[in-house]
Parts: sequence; structure tokens; C-alpha cells
Amino acid sequence: MTFQYAPAPESTAIVNINSSNDLFINGEFTPGHGAPFKTINPATEEVLAEIAQANEEDVNAAVMAARKAYDKSWSKMSGRDRGKYLFRIARLIQERSRELAVLETLDNGKPIRESRDVDVPIAAAHFFYHAGWADKLEFAGYGDNPRPLGVVAQVIPWNFPLLMLAWKIAPALATGNTVVLKPAETTSLTALLFAEICQQADLPPGVVNIITGAGETGRMLVEHPDVNKVAFTGSTAVGQAIQRQIAGTQKRLTLELGGKAANIVFDDAPIDQAVEGIVNGIYFNQGHVCCAGSRLLLQESIAEQTIDSLKRRLQTLRLGDPLDKNTDIGAINSREQLNRIIDLTKSGEEEGAQRWSPDCVIPEKGFWFAPTVFTNVTQAHRIAREEIFGPVLSVLTFRTPDEAIEKANNTPYGLSAGIWTEKGSRILAMANKVRAGVVWANTFNRFDPASPFGGYKESGFGREGGVQGLGAYLTSEESS
Amino acid sequence: MIGNDRVEVRKTHKLFVGGAFPRSESGRTYEATNSQGEFLANVAKASRKDARDAVLAARTGFNSWSKATAYNRGQVLYRIAEVMEGRKDQFISDIQDAEAVSAKKAATQTDQAIDRVLWYAGWADKYAQVFGNTNPVSGPFFNFSIPEPTGVVAAVAPQDSSLLGLISVIAPIITSGNSVIVIASTASPIPAITLSECLATSDVIAGNINILTGDPAEIMPSLASHGDVNALDLTGITDSELQKALQIEAAGTVKRVRSAPVNPDWRATPSLSRLRAFTEVKTVWHPMGM
Repeated sequence: MTFQYAPAPESTAIVNINSSNDLFINGEFTPGHGAPFKTINPATEEVLAEIAQANEEDVNAAVMAARKAYDKSWSKMSGRDRGKYLFRIARLIQERSRELAVLETLDNGKPIRESRDVDVPIAAAHFFYHAGWADKLEFAGYGDNPRPLGVVAQVIPWNFPLLMLAWKIAPALATGNTVVLKPAETTSLTALLFAEICQQADLPPGVVNIITGAGETGRMLVEHPDVNKVAFTGSTAVGQAIQRQIAGTQKRLTLELGGKAANIVFDDAPIDQAVEGIVNGIYFNQGHVCCAGSRLLLQESIAEQTIDSLKRRLQTLRLGDPLDKNTDIGAINSREQLNRIIDLTKSGEEEGAQRWSPDCVIPEKGFWFAPTVFTNVTQAHRIAREEIFGPVLSVLTFRTPDEAIEKANNTPYGLSAGIWTEKGSRILAMANKVRAGVVWANTFNRFDPASPFGGYKESGFGREGGVQGLGAYLTSEESS
Repeated sequence: MIGNDRVEVRKTHKLFVGGAFPRSESGRTYEATNSQGEFLANVAKASRKDARDAVLAARTGFNSWSKATAYNRGQVLYRIAEVMEGRKDQFISDIQDAEAVSAKKAATQTDQAIDRVLWYAGWADKYAQVFGNTNPVSGPFFNFSIPEPTGVVAAVAPQDSSLLGLISVIAPIITSGNSVIVIASTASPIPAITLSECLATSDVIAGNINILTGDPAEIMPSLASHGDVNALDLTGITDSELQKALQIEAAGTVKRVRSAPVNPDWRATPSLSRLRAFTEVKTVWHPMGM
């Protein structure tokens, strides 16, 4: 006899989506001057709303509003008062958390369990953490009188729309900068709800401006001559383009780009725990995670057993309605991303890797991709080198710790890594040798506002979170 | 004292790559002159191939140097200062020739350069305590952040401070465990060549510090686009077009770039920004449980 889960959908009654949405400039919702575009629910392909597209005029207006707010109010306000606004925002996010979670799940396709338990609470925590820094910056190790940079242009991705907004806006505001932020084209709605939160917090007009649009809007924002700093999270290709665009200017830059993290499991690891960590590492948020543990490195002696356990575990994952509280795997965010995942997994098969997915029913409408495991993967395969950004795991094996390190570091990326072993000294030695910005030992995909996040090599530069993250928004200490 | 009629033995001025003193593979040299335009020496004119060779040496040097203990790195830096102290007279004479300054000013610059190395020697086993910390995350985890060296750094020394400026660029890069390929002041390369002779006898790991002489406009583009260079220090690039071109090249492998500072005062006590610019923060999460 098999037990069936009854549907347990979260109600959408709590959200009220405007059929058309304006830009948020100088504290007001103002119409955009570009051609509006539609945002859809990737789980149903139904149109959720129309979103304004910011053109050059709108970008100018937003940057000008941010500049004015910087000069007139925000840079002159005491750190204590800046902090109070951030505390307010943190509380407002908590107060409206369910609304934000449902809206995020509708627009992004991620399971409500994740938006409710991860995205929204950590976003609130980021504002709470940084609020406390606002009047303590002289103790942060950046000199006696660290100064803000001015107007910050921030461009964020669609995988954690509200959380990435929080990672960007909270430290920028705490350090006294003003912000123009562009959310990703497919996930604008929670950013616009955040704009409402800024209004409820009585944040001075122009301190936060949200302009929606596609890549062209982002390009105009990054290139605007009155922008002092650019912070970008997204693909390495776009990050490189931005680095080129701002060459020759005085703009400061931080980039949080792609990854191809190794999740390394040694033969003495607690296998059941490791399997949970592998699943969390690559199937969390449909694998739309730059630090996802997309390359599983198994020590040869336990490879077969671990793959068997993993496959058993994957058969229990529930794919489907993201609003259902029992859903583990939600929708892929867009058709474009789904096509990319399909293309890369096809290359995996063509190049000789062995593909496996659990039996699962794929809904008729929407964008979906079953959790997938590739075995017999070699380091030369595209699926072992390129970021797939989907629920696709490539399994490789190793014999010695040295071989594991060699394979883990054999990538142009360097964002994160996982290490599974019961041996403490081995954890520290491996953590020391792996060239990655975040190392999870016997855990994976943990995030905290106090914990700096960011990459080595082509995964970008600069950190977000922690005391190190503040440096990205403050003048450097010196002249020479 | 030997009579003035003794014919002196002159030195061949070469590159310093991988702990050795090669000529440029191109066979080229250029004339280094004093500020009056009088001939001082023929100096090797490094080519793009020399730069690529230096990257190979620097990567090898990095693999050992970055594994050295912080205490050991401090000792090697201190050793550099010791050996420089013994060569003071030569540095003073080199700087006087190169920069047309009085013996007193040249001596001051030499003293400051040696003291600068000492300053960084002391930082080797301390900067991680300043840049790193534990993080109080909300969960049962021990979480800590530590700075690590970025890797191979290609640097351009300032044009006008032939020893103090040069050492102020090199020292912070290597203190944290990076390797460096530095292009010496084009007009005043001789103090840098004397420095390389100090480095060769200072227990510096071969390839950790590589000094090229020549034209940054010719050499730097190949370093800025090189896949095995992790970061650029453009301190000595005053041409804004070249600076921009190098920044564009750097984007190809997402290199960290430190732009040319505005009106640097090399005599002032440095901030930590040079040390910080070429380090990466690594954060490690470890569960706490019984």
C-alpha cells in the first residue's frame, strides 16, 4: 500500500498583484517610458502582471534621484538614524513575510517551503544585521572615518530575487550610499513590493530606487556616468561585460558570478547525512544557485553505495506545484533557462555520461525539469565544466585527497565547495587547499548575513555579508 | 686604495625571472640614462615572451610561497631588509644617478625602502588576524573567515620612485603569499636591478618575485590577458588609455585590478589597502554537535 500526500497549497489570497506595475523612483511609483513586458508564473505560464520597462530617461531620473538623496539627506544623516530605517525595513519584511514568500513563489517558481523558510527570513536578517553596522563603521577596520561611495548601481539575478536585493541594498544603505537597483526581468514583483515597504518605512525619497527592465536597462544603469559603484550578481559572461564597460572609469566594482562547486565525499563520511547534503547542494531551488554543489566527487570505495542511496532519496522528492507546502522541486524560472538545461544535459548524454532521473510526473503546463544525476562523468565533459544552473548533478570519483583537490580546483570558477568526512584535520586541510570563497564542511548551502559570501577566480570578487562585505561600499583607506 | 687608472668591471643589467638573471629572449636592450640624458647602462628590454616565462615562474613560486608559514614569510621579508641594508651605498648611488637627487635624499629613500620591507615583514603573521574573524551565524556552526593570497599578480612599479615606490608595490603583494611579476620604472630601472640581486640572496623562493625591465605598454597587455595571472596592480600606469585597455583585457578572466593611485605619497605609512587588494576571503562553515 502506498501513501499519497493530499495537496496542501498555500493560499494566494494574501497577495494583491497589480495588473500593471510602475518604476519606483524618488519615493514614488512612476510610469516607465520603455515598452512594458509581462511577467509570468513559471509553474503555470499564466501572466501575473505587466511590468514597466525603464528606458534611458527613466535610468537618468533614477540615478538623479539617488544622487539628490545622497547629497541632501542620506550621506548627511547620522549612522544611528540610518540604522533605524534599516531596522524598520527588517521588521516590515518580517511583518509582510508571508505575502513576500507567496509572491516570490508565484513569480519565481521556487517551492513555498524555501521562499518561506529561507529567502524571506534571511532577507530580513540581512537588514537587521546591517542596521546595527550603520553607526559603528569606524570600528569595522576600514580606517577611522570610512566614507560611503555615493550612488550605487545594483543588478541582481532571478534565482533569489528578494534575498539578492537584501544582500545588495542592506550593506549599501548601512554604509551611507544610495541605490538604484534593477531586478531580473523575470522576477520583478518582490522588488516592487519591497519598494512599498520602503514607503511604509518612510525611507527618504531617492535613497532606494527600483527600475525594472531587461538587460539593456541594466547596461544603461551600469554605464551611467553619475554612478560611483556597481554591484552585480549573475552570470560570469555578463560580469565580464560589466568589467569591460566600466574600464577606464573611477567606478568601484564587485562581482558575484557563476560557480561549479565540488561537493567532496570521503569514505569515512556519514553517508546518510552526506546524501542529504548532496540533495540540498544541487536540488535546492531547482539548482538555480550559483554556489550549487553541481560536481559530486565521491571517493571510489563508497561511490556505488552513495549513488544508490542518492537515487533512493531522489525518488522521494516531490516535484510540482511550488505553492504546495510539501513540494521539494518547483518550476524552472523561465523557458530560456529550461532550454539551456535541456541543451547541457543532452550534451552530457552525447559525450558519454550516463543519465538517470527518478520517475516523476511532470505537470503539463509550466517549465519543469526532473532532478537528474549523471554518472561516468569525466572532467572534460561540458556538464563537468559549465554551470548548468539547474537540478543536474555530475558525479565524478577520486581515490586520494590530493586527487580530490586537483579535481575540485580544476575549474575557472571558485565560489564554493563541500567536504564530507568525520576527520576534523582532513576538513581543515581540504578547506585550506580548495580555491573557493565559501567552504561547507559536513553541510551545504548555508547562508547568514554575518558570513561573508563571494568567489575566487572567475566566480568574481568582493564579498557580501559580514564585516568583509562592508568594504565593498566604503572608500578604501588610502591614497597610495 | 687602488689608483684611478683601474678599469672597472661593469655589470650586465638583466631581468630577474624564476630566481635567475636571464637576458631578454628577444636579445633586445634599451639605454638607461641619468636625468641629464647621459648613458648609464644597456638594460634588458623584456618581451611578451619574457612576460609569459615570468608567469610560469611566478606560478611555480606561488605554489611554494603560498604554502610557507606566515612566520617563515616574515623571516624572508626581514632577510630582504637585511641584505638591502648591506647594499645601501649602491642603492644611494643608483638612485642619485636615476632620479637626479642629492645623496641625502637618495639615502633617505633607501632607508625608507628598507624600513618599508621591515614594516611588511611584521605584517606577514598578523594581517590574517586583522582581515579574518569568526562569524556569529544564527545556527549551530563554527564559522570563520580567513584571507588567502589571490595568486599571481602582475604589477607596474611607479615611474618616479625607483626604489621606495617599487618596494611599496612588491612587498604587500608577497607578504600575504602571492607571487609577483613587476615591471620596474622604465626610465629608472637600475635600482630595481640592484634590488633583484638582493632578492637573489635573501632566501626568496625562486619565481616568487620576478622583475622585468622594459616598456609596460608592450609587456602588460599580454599579462592582463594571461589566463594564469590573477590580479593586476596598475600603480605605474599613468596613461589613462593604457590603463583602460588593460582593465578591458583583465575582464577576460575576471582579474582583480588595482588602478593607479592619485598622487601617491610613498613616504607615508601605508594603509592596509594594498595588502587587502590581493587577498581573497575564504569562509568555512563547520557544524557544532556532540
